[in-house]
Amino acid sequence: MSVILTDEQQAILDGSKGSTMAKVMKTLVMFGEAFGAEKMVPVTSKYNHLVTSFGLGVLQPVYDLMNTLIEAGVKSGQKFSADPRPCDPNVPKNFLQNLIFNKFMYNKQDFYENQLQQLGLMDKDAFTCTCYMDEVGNKPKMGDVLSWSESSAVVYANSVLGARCNRNSGIMDIMGSIVGYVPYFGLLTDEGRKATWVIKIETEKKPEAQLLGSAIGMKVMEDVPFVKGLDKWLGTELTDEACTYLKDFGAATASNGAVGLYHIENLTPEAKLQGEKLLADNVREYVIDDAELERVKSNYPIVWKDKNAKPKLCFIGCPHMSLRQLKDWTDRVEASLKKYGNKKVVIPTVFTAAPGVLKEFNKTSYAARLKNAGIVTSYICPLMYMNNPLCAKMPVITSSNKLRTYTTARYYTDDEILVQITKGGNK
Amino acid sequence: MKEFKGRVVTPGTASATAVVSHGGFNTLASFQKSLQFGDKQAKCGDQNNPDLYGKPLAGVALCLPQTIGSTTGGLVLYCACAMKKQPACMLFANHIDSLAASGAVLAEVWIDDVTMPVIDCLGNEFLDYVKTGMKITVKEDGTVVVD
Repeated sequence: MSVILTDEQQAILDGSKGSTMAKVMKTLVMFGEAFGAEKMVPVTSKYNHLVTSFGLGVLQPVYDLMNTLIEAGVKSGQKFSADPRPCDPNVPKNFLQNLIFNKFMYNKQDFYENQLQQLGLMDKDAFTCTCYMDEVGNKPKMGDVLSWSESSAVVYANSVLGARCNRNSGIMDIMGSIVGYVPYFGLLTDEGRKATWVIKIETEKKPEAQLLGSAIGMKVMEDVPFVKGLDKWLGTELTDEACTYLKDFGAATASNGAVGLYHIENLTPEAKLQGEKLLADNVREYVIDDAELERVKSNYPIVWKDKNAKPKLCFIGCPHMSLRQLKDWTDRVEASLKKYGNKKVVIPTVFTAAPGVLKEFNKTSYAARLKNAGIVTSYICPLMYMNNPLCAKMPVITSSNKLRTYTTARYYTDDEILVQITKGGNK
Repeated sequence: MKEFKGRVVTPGTASATAVVSHGGFNTLASFQKSLQFGDKQAKCGDQNNPDLYGKPLAGVALCLPQTIGSTTGGLVLYCACAMKKQPACMLFANHIDSLAASGAVLAEVWIDDVTMPVIDCLGNEFLDYVKTGMKITVKEDGTVVVD
């Protein structure tokens, strides 16, 4: 094996902590070998984050593997959060959908959550894709080495927080914190964090976060982009507003492509510290103007059977909304309802956020106002909700480019969505 | 007939029909529907991939630049292997990405009775040459023969 191990790591691989732990180490070493890793480095963050939160009956091989780990007595060295739960009674669904969710699709949910608790879940409600929110408390420090998964969380931790994490897969994530080491390659290294693309933003207005992220993700795939000209629209400080924008932007780069790290000139921590020293040799260039964003948007396939169907449901919050976003949307929905002479939204609409964020939101006066506008809040994962034939046939609209990518939901910009839910559906 | 030499990520031999994706292969979007609803052919459900959408993925020689998308990708590939719905082999033009590598390694270490040779670094010329429907043979040393 090309990965040079310390005596302790070698002993684990040789079985000093049992055969299951040896297989976990072997998995990580083989993973590192695929990328030419020369060593394993300690995981230094306080908490881990796992992408797998759903007790989907069909993922039995995952639960079998988790059982193998539990029965062998191995535990995560770190507590961890996990992605959002797939079901929430607050979210509108009919009798048949309810039956399919609970009896067929997610019939392993309680079983799997029990497994997660045995392995080291932070808290019984630690289910969100935005674990890095202050209200949740899993926020790594700059330079921390992580074993996280969840593409939107990884790209945020790397880019906005300056932590170091590869785009780990589910299962591989927990293996890193069971052993306490991850292979040193890719986004963990200084070299791997250099940008190989320069993206020039030349739009006449602030680009839509989820559309810009989509365009960049589709272009650079898994490379690291260095974005110039976005500070004109976002400023040079990581305010709540900027962080919310980057959350949505990053999720789109990661789901429409495979971006694990981006740098925003004069804004994100490494770009502020190092500037153009972050550029690798022979960078490629991609210029984005308003026409380019329109071209990208117009090329999204519409997979609804009836392309002119009236939307039956709207999801906002993939990834989960921030507290700031919930408040801003409350103001915007109220103003738009007033403009169009409506009291409540005209399409059933669900805003999703972390349980901890919703708890704080519910302490504010905004919560009652949003409820009065007819909007439901939930901790659900919209993606998991959409993953069944009944929901997939429904005309669902969203401003999430991640949800668009993985489901039949139709994408609209935030402004377009606002009009749809307050004025009337697309007829 | 043309031969290409790549790097062996997980070993094995295979002989299968090529199915080619010129864009990134979104593992979750491609497999989720077929795994959930018992499609034995594992037809690709990724609406954003015009090369593959609706085509069977089980038992084929999947030729691709790399995988993209959700970090469930590796565990989805692992499940496809455990449920015997995996491609016969995966042939990457580029260096393998971290999600596909996770799936391939997890299957290799944790599943006893599955073989899915994975070869990467086959180069852009490979992806330019190979067409869906061509016959593919993968040798133990990472040689890929396209007929």
